[in-house]
Amino acid sequence: MLDVVNLSHTYGEGPNAHQALGGIDLKVAEGEMVCVVGPSGCGKSTLLRSIAGLIRPTEGQIRIRETTVADTPGDLAVVFQDYSRSLFPWMSVGDNVALPLRRRGKDRTARRAAAAEALEEVGLAAASSKFPWELSGGMQQRVAIARALAYRPSLLLMDEPFGSVDAQTREDLEDLVLKVREHHRMTVLLITHDIDESVYVGDRVVVLTRSPARVAGELSVDLPFPRDQIATRELPAFVHLRAEVGRLVRAKKESPPVQV
Amino acid sequence: MIDRRVVVRGAAGAAVLLIAAELAGRSGLIDPVLLPPMSTVLAGAAGLLADPEFLTDLWGTVIVWATGLLTAIVIAVPLGVLLGTLPRAELAARPLVEFMRPIPSVALLPLVTLLIPYDHGVKITVIVYAAVWPVLINTMYGLRDVDPVAKETLRSFGFGRLAVLARVSVPSAAPFVLTGVRLAAATGLIVAISAELVAGGTDGIGAFMIRAGSGYRTDLILAATLWAGILGLLANMLLVRVQRWAFRWHTERTGA
Repeated sequence: MLDVVNLSHTYGEGPNAHQALGGIDLKVAEGEMVCVVGPSGCGKSTLLRSIAGLIRPTEGQIRIRETTVADTPGDLAVVFQDYSRSLFPWMSVGDNVALPLRRRGKDRTARRAAAAEALEEVGLAAASSKFPWELSGGMQQRVAIARALAYRPSLLLMDEPFGSVDAQTREDLEDLVLKVREHHRMTVLLITHDIDESVYVGDRVVVLTRSPARVAGELSVDLPFPRDQIATRELPAFVHLRAEVGRLVRAKKESPPVQV
Repeated sequence: MIDRRVVVRGAAGAAVLLIAAELAGRSGLIDPVLLPPMSTVLAGAAGLLADPEFLTDLWGTVIVWATGLLTAIVIAVPLGVLLGTLPRAELAARPLVEFMRPIPSVALLPLVTLLIPYDHGVKITVIVYAAVWPVLINTMYGLRDVDPVAKETLRSFGFGRLAVLARVSVPSAAPFVLTGVRLAAATGLIVAISAELVAGGTDGIGAFMIRAGSGYRTDLILAATLWAGILGLLANMLLVRVQRWAFRWHTERTGA
């Protein structure tokens, strides 16, 4: 479904140039949930922004369902880390969720109904007429997730979506994403620096090297569903996987890609 | 809400000034013809409200002021949006703006009077000139400060540049535009009355003052000045109300 081939990106030119991505190959299958992990500042966000069409990569190709991404594809949704900046403060929660649906050619009534349904799904049915800034951080990120859900994207991109909330809220949001993804059979690419999180929510974890980022290795996560914050995390397989991911994240750049 | 102590202290300050002015006039410290006692001025100001001649002048000022302000908004907001979104256009326009902005608009009166044969037209023109800058600059800064994450969010859903401009950039810059309008309203009134004082004309608070001055009616000059101040105060209060009501999302978030 998503095909990233030899993707490279360099910011700036000449002596100040900074190569963020150094040839990334990545595939995401239909209905798969892939987590991309890497040391902070390694270019994870650059990868996501390239896939979303927000920046044009210097080299390489991105294909979504066999169509090459040139401009913003229009059939994906992004959940950003910074919900307070990503939600529009002048609009009610309901209007925030409904706005992107204009791109789907829905009329006002249909947009409202879809927004209400999505808010219901993230447990915020009652907050529709509030403003985003009247809600807690965790609730705001739920609104952002509802906005992405309502859009019914063929690919959902999440950029450190739980990076700005407290630990308890983080676990709730992880479980929420697992639930809605299961329900809608969505394809998700989630970027995180948190090793435990990548193993807990992913079907597959792709580890990037330090910048310029390349794929250091990847692991299939064959942990049973439904996942549970306590039970899953104490499985020997979980402990083993997070150790493997941890090793890859810490590995020196020179070491050859590992396939597990 | 407004602190009561702030109101009480403010009223006390005003009272001290009024009493001092009253005493200065009554005691003969200052010639009452030059500075009439405050009680006379206040009574005169109240009396002016029943004076059809003054009301025509007051209305004349309000009309040129409001027309000038609205025209300035119509010119400056689209221009500000344009310059705020196109960095190259902004760079090209910057030296011109920096040069033209500090020119006192009253200095344009002699030229404008020659070009425009119509009294209100002259005043409106100089008001527009003065009021355009604060609206333009604030619109430009408002647009430049739009959060890139907000723009990227809408863009990632596949919205084009124009849609992002209309749905994200302009609404998010709107509170800054209104701040510019508030500044422009204050400047506009100053220029309106200055133009009336300098260029005379048939009506306006400034024209009224000139006529009162030729009759040595300092009490009426001061009374008219008082009304000019009240006019400015009312306009500002109205715009602050609009700002609080329409941009609650902005004031609540920034704590302004």
